[in-house]
Amino acid sequence: MRVMSTNHILEARQLVKRFDDFEAVKGIDFVIERGESFGFLGPNGAGKTSTMRMMSAVSHPTSGSITIFGLDPSEHGPEIRGRIGVVPQEDTLELELSVRQNLEMFGRYFDLSRRVIRERAAELLEFAQLSERANDKVDDLSGGLKRRLTIARGLINRPEFLILDEPTTGLDPQARHLLWERLYRLKREGVTLAITTHYMDEAEQLCDRLVVMDRGAIVAEGTPRDLIARHSSREVVELRFGTDSHEELHSRLAPFAERIEVLPDRVLLYVDRGDDVLQQIHSAGVAPSSALVRRSSLEDVFLRLTGRTLVD
Amino acid sequence: MTTSLDPSTGWPRWRRSWWYHATFYARTWRGSTMSAVLFPIFFLASLGVGVGKLVSAHHGLVAGQTYLHFIAPSLLATSTMQIGEGESLWPVLASVKWIRTYHAAAATPLEPEDILIGKLTWVASRAFLTGIVYTVIIAMFGALQSWWSLTMPFIGALVALAFSAPLVAYAASVDTDASFITIYRFAFVPMFLFSATFYPLSAYPGYLRPVVQFVPLYHGVALARSAAFGSGSLSSTLGHLAYLTAMATVGVIWGRRTMRRRLVN
Repeated sequence: MRVMSTNHILEARQLVKRFDDFEAVKGIDFVIERGESFGFLGPNGAGKTSTMRMMSAVSHPTSGSITIFGLDPSEHGPEIRGRIGVVPQEDTLELELSVRQNLEMFGRYFDLSRRVIRERAAELLEFAQLSERANDKVDDLSGGLKRRLTIARGLINRPEFLILDEPTTGLDPQARHLLWERLYRLKREGVTLAITTHYMDEAEQLCDRLVVMDRGAIVAEGTPRDLIARHSSREVVELRFGTDSHEELHSRLAPFAERIEVLPDRVLLYVDRGDDVLQQIHSAGVAPSSALVRRSSLEDVFLRLTGRTLVD
Repeated sequence: MTTSLDPSTGWPRWRRSWWYHATFYARTWRGSTMSAVLFPIFFLASLGVGVGKLVSAHHGLVAGQTYLHFIAPSLLATSTMQIGEGESLWPVLASVKWIRTYHAAAATPLEPEDILIGKLTWVASRAFLTGIVYTVIIAMFGALQSWWSLTMPFIGALVALAFSAPLVAYAASVDTDASFITIYRFAFVPMFLFSATFYPLSAYPGYLRPVVQFVPLYHGVALARSAAFGSGSLSSTLGHLAYLTAMATVGVIWGRRTMRRRLVN
């Protein structure tokens, strides 16, 4: 029976994934709407990849339920996977084959006809800006090009829902921006995106809505702006000191900010108006070796919620 | 088996995986066709003709055959066994662990069973084609004496499957290839040499014969030989077939478990 509840692409309830005695996902709930781009932000080991694998109808939940396109993946796995595109964290490309052959092979997995595969391969090569490398062996491509090919491959079945696991990890900034641009394009075309990342700038750039994950649980959910408004201040003053004891700094700086985080290499002051506070600190005779005022980011949200930084 | 049919074509879904393995082979084989043809010719020329001269000078016929004719069918069995091994250990570990292409396939409509069956049917197909080439070459050396020899490509496919299925299952379950070399050295090399491949079972001392008969390749060699010569009783033929089929079956059941655990857990 189809339970096509309005616009939900995916619904997860009390989702748990356990491996032997390790619980990777600890009962999480979330809903992904059609056409949105939904993010999972969290450090390595937060349970993002395990969640992704359940979302792509590959692995089965230990308990709880998940429906994708209103279908139960334990019964309709092949059908669901036929409508999803997956870009795994590792490229999993066939290194011995050419760029084009990789796309064609994958097309066969979806039972597309030769003619359709040929057309889409040409289209996707264009999309991924790989047309000129179409006949090169994948082994000879740079990391960024391989990544683009993996994304193109995930689109061969024209998925309604594209799942990307850490799409830009290990890429240089230029390659990242190109990928982001391609993902915006897909979104404009109506593809629903789910993205895991441990880069807060990526989450801010790409995601309409996201959940923050930590140790297998969801600790917050909302739009990036929402999350920042709810869990952080408007601005942050970052101070670095030479060798001063941070304990002592904490008490000296406390009066100036709503909240203070003392990290090994810097002190963060959560404030409304950064420049004013910086002035006051200077007048009070505190002399940091460097000072920076910036807007609050998801990194701060994460720090607030978990007491840890995203990239350790 | 939960592999199922494609609604659009009515074909089993595993054929997509078969097609992948076949295409991959077709695009990467390079020199292997040449050696598939040349190896049996060299082998039969050197051992069959060369050593055969010595054997006939000192011993006469072997189990009623010239030495060349005696060893020619075993070549088909050993070579298809090697196809079964070669396709199954490193390539499978690479696909589930190093390059992870089976994980990519598992994210498409394919189920682990489809990937497994596609792989094994491909191995059997490749062994079947090799079996045709070998049968022709063996015929050119005059070693075929019965219409039963037309079944030799099928025997080749069965032998490859009997080895491939359990090896695929095993390779899908391990984390390193450390044990693979040991398997080659202590299982396959002795099996190649001591499966009544180069001399008949009667040449072994009595107490060793049950050991030889227990070795899987022995049954492949015996089948190929009885097909080539039209010899061998029905009961022994059925026994050999049952042995190899059982190996393949156990391999498939085991492989289904290890592939599932590896790909969709």
